[in-house]
Amino acid sequence: MARYGMVIDTAKCVGCMDCVVACKTENNVPEGFNRDWIAYETNGVFPTLTQEIRSERCNQCDNPPCVYCCPSGASHVSEQGGIVLVTQDECVGCKACMAACPYGARFVNPEGYADKCTFCNHRLENGELPACVSVCPTYCMHFGDFDDPESEVSKLLKSRKNHPLIPAAGTEPQIYYLV
Amino acid sequence: MIFSRRKFLQISSATFGTAAVATSLGYFSDTKKLFGKEIEEPVKKTATYCNICFWKCGAIAYSKGNKLWKIEGNPLDPLSNGRLCPRGTGGIGVSSDPNRLKSPLIRVGKRGEEEWKVVTWDEALNFIADKMKTIKTNYGPESVAFFAHGIGGNFLKHTLKAYGTPNITAPSFAQCRGPREVGFELTLGQFIGSPERTDIENSKAMALIGSHLGENMHNSQVQELSKAIENGISLIVVDPRFSVIAGKAKYYLPIKPGTDMALLLTWANILIKENLYDKEFVSQYGFGFEQLVAEVSKYTPEWCYIETGIEPELIVNSIRELAKNKPASFVHPGRHVTWYGDDAQRSRAIAIVNSLLGNWNHKGAFFQPTKLSVPGYPYPEYPKSEKGRVDVRGEKYPWAGADEGLTNEIRNASITGAPYPIKAWFVYATNLINALPNQDETIKAINNLDLMVVVDVVPSEIAGYADVVLPESTYLERWDDLNITPFKKPFVGIRQPAVNPPDDQKDNWWIAKKLADKLDLGHFFPWNHIEDYLKFRIEKGGFNYSELKEKGIILGTNKPIYIEDGVANEFFTPSGKVEFYSTQLAEKGFDPIPKYTKHEEPPAGSFRLLFGRSPVHTFSQTQSNPILQEMQSENELWLNIDIANQYGLKSGDYVKLKNQDGKISNKIKVKATQRIRTDCVFMTHGFGHNSKGLKSVFGKGASDSALVTRYKVDPLMGGTGMNMNFVTLEVGV
Ligand code: SF4
Repeated sequence: MARYGMVIDTAKCVGCMDCVVACKTENNVPEGFNRDWIAYETNGVFPTLTQEIRSERCNQCDNPPCVYCCPSGASHVSEQGGIVLVTQDECVGCKACMAACPYGARFVNPEGYADKCTFCNHRLENGELPACVSVCPTYCMHFGDFDDPESEVSKLLKSRKNHPLIPAAGTEPQIYYLV
Repeated sequence: MIFSRRKFLQISSATFGTAAVATSLGYFSDTKKLFGKEIEEPVKKTATYCNICFWKCGAIAYSKGNKLWKIEGNPLDPLSNGRLCPRGTGGIGVSSDPNRLKSPLIRVGKRGEEEWKVVTWDEALNFIADKMKTIKTNYGPESVAFFAHGIGGNFLKHTLKAYGTPNITAPSFAQCRGPREVGFELTLGQFIGSPERTDIENSKAMALIGSHLGENMHNSQVQELSKAIENGISLIVVDPRFSVIAGKAKYYLPIKPGTDMALLLTWANILIKENLYDKEFVSQYGFGFEQLVAEVSKYTPEWCYIETGIEPELIVNSIRELAKNKPASFVHPGRHVTWYGDDAQRSRAIAIVNSLLGNWNHKGAFFQPTKLSVPGYPYPEYPKSEKGRVDVRGEKYPWAGADEGLTNEIRNASITGAPYPIKAWFVYATNLINALPNQDETIKAINNLDLMVVVDVVPSEIAGYADVVLPESTYLERWDDLNITPFKKPFVGIRQPAVNPPDDQKDNWWIAKKLADKLDLGHFFPWNHIEDYLKFRIEKGGFNYSELKEKGIILGTNKPIYIEDGVANEFFTPSGKVEFYSTQLAEKGFDPIPKYTKHEEPPAGSFRLLFGRSPVHTFSQTQSNPILQEMQSENELWLNIDIANQYGLKSGDYVKLKNQDGKISNKIKVKATQRIRTDCVFMTHGFGHNSKGLKSVFGKGASDSALVTRYKVDPLMGGTGMNMNFVTLEVGV
């Protein structure tokens, strides 16, 4: 079985938002909402500063609270790749998943269902990378299968220092940031 | 689930990164589930090139019916490598911009009031042609000036040259990179060009002086930067603001604005004193090295610290880092470098430091661009102008560029009538109100004109002052000239329409040809449709036109671009050498070796106004693109957090800025941050639109341009230094 995830290299990311724009056009994300976004973390006092810039989105958690709390069963984990998805027709728009997600990754689409990053599963099906990964001009995003020890993402995790987001939440996020 | 397990396994291999290579273009039927809806319309792919900035990245537009879906990079293109920058990716928004110009307009109110009557193309072009004929009779054809930005201006330029004016200009010289080209030409006899001939990808150390790559999204450079980071490049970032790239630097030098020359000359001194310079290069190619040694010896790190505020140790270590990695190290020449009026000399100092590193033509520093040779179209010869250019006249600014001219000098001639009067402006895709310093002068010049024509996609500020506004189709709806850009690999790119213009907008080639007809210059357009022109040139060059249309890009044969693969050093200076000492400058009475001069500092309570780029906008052209607007709808005022605290301001509060001449800005949101010095403030350029026609962005953010009332002209080349405006904060607005 595959376990899809991302490894994002913060040493390369410039926070240009190409990933955000690409997601918007690829997935027709409605105005005012985003499935991915840029986070800046700056520490220190001028001029001795450090900065981490991250492209963030749903972490496609292995232990997804949004799925556990979904009363209708619309939120589920895909059989292939372990992607957290929402079946639009089954979603009642109750927002329980939004409250449960520690990353703020979900929103209610104006059409009434919970919406979030899908890792562009429609593109994966065609052998294409998620839109954000495919456009990134800094090549800072890597997508692949963590279950395959030979995959680029698995190797990157082994070779470089990295961290996921809010590991203390116990959600087992599947996006790692290289530092 | 409906996914096929076989396909998933296929794509989960380690070669994922190469999975998304487009191999065939054209029509295919896509009935897959996209956006959760069944889509029946076939998806059409059109190979074209981007126009959201001047980089001209090869792209593939996806459309369904007459509706754009998305745009991606063309993997064949050496500039984009299949990946567009965020502006390019959001480019399809230009087409659905709610503010778009729909039909030709003729002014009915006063200039700038934006009161129009809608007219037909015939009426608009007759109006223009009649006026142009009268101007020609009364003043001569030279009295019409053409301002253009980007490749789309090529055909109109042709019409205006045929009409007889030599006054073709663009702000890209005097308001942007002119000083850099002049500084390098004077030193090395070669200029930097666009795209820059910097080999960031293979570089081991690079210094950026005030240029914020990464916020400034020149696609190939950002892509190369990322590869260089992967290979462990040492970055030295010199900027009053802790920019994005500063966050990736080995050495961050928080320089006091206006003192860059002090740093550069000190670097030169350290390279010499510590014997770190490339002696072989200097002895073989250098001219006037002894004079340089004598001149820069006074610039010590301790002196430099007092001027720049940079710790001596940092000054020394950073240049040692460059020296250690030579010749695969360099000081980036920057792009928008019209800052203080001595910019060509500062660029010369950059060229000198680079020459001490012996890096010219070396891998990891500066390459020799190569360009595909495609013949031009055989046109009749243009009429010769007896009067010559109005703006570039030899003595005044000896190194003014005769290609792009001096916008500001054309503006002066429009105000004063000297050396001869300019009576008409023809403006293509450049928002001059925001591109030139001192808006009052621009408006004064416009008010002197007999005719002002603006060709644009949206009702920009400059369009608001026009007598006639001509609505152009966007780059996704039109044909355009061939893209033959000098770069690392020779190539040609084509722009072709992905969809039709929604209203009565027309392509620039059509406008140019129709206008030529009306000016009785139809014989300058011996072709009927632009495709005849494109096909002729491509086939004459020995290439296949259908292949170009299908692939979007045809690559030529690679040539050597570095010393390492066979390029020979040649310097087209008077001495044939690298001129540390410039006799050309000495002859004209300028400093033959750059000197440090202090620039005025902001008075107490004032801040120097700095401006720069956003990764999601280009100039003041893209703010109303709905996709890019969503990414950034207004600019912010970067304000040091201690200063913000003093004023009781926090991020998100609004302030206004008042400059030294009493100009007050729109409201702008404060970004209280550690990431900037206390003596300056920063905003991204292009916001604060005040054209009524730009309804969706009107009044959002502040305009840096409106506050740039003061500027200093570079005596060498006529560029306008613009970083010399000081502002105070107006709180509680
Ligand atoms: S750099 Fe960006 S905006 Fe400029 S041409 Fe390339 S993709 Fe388009």
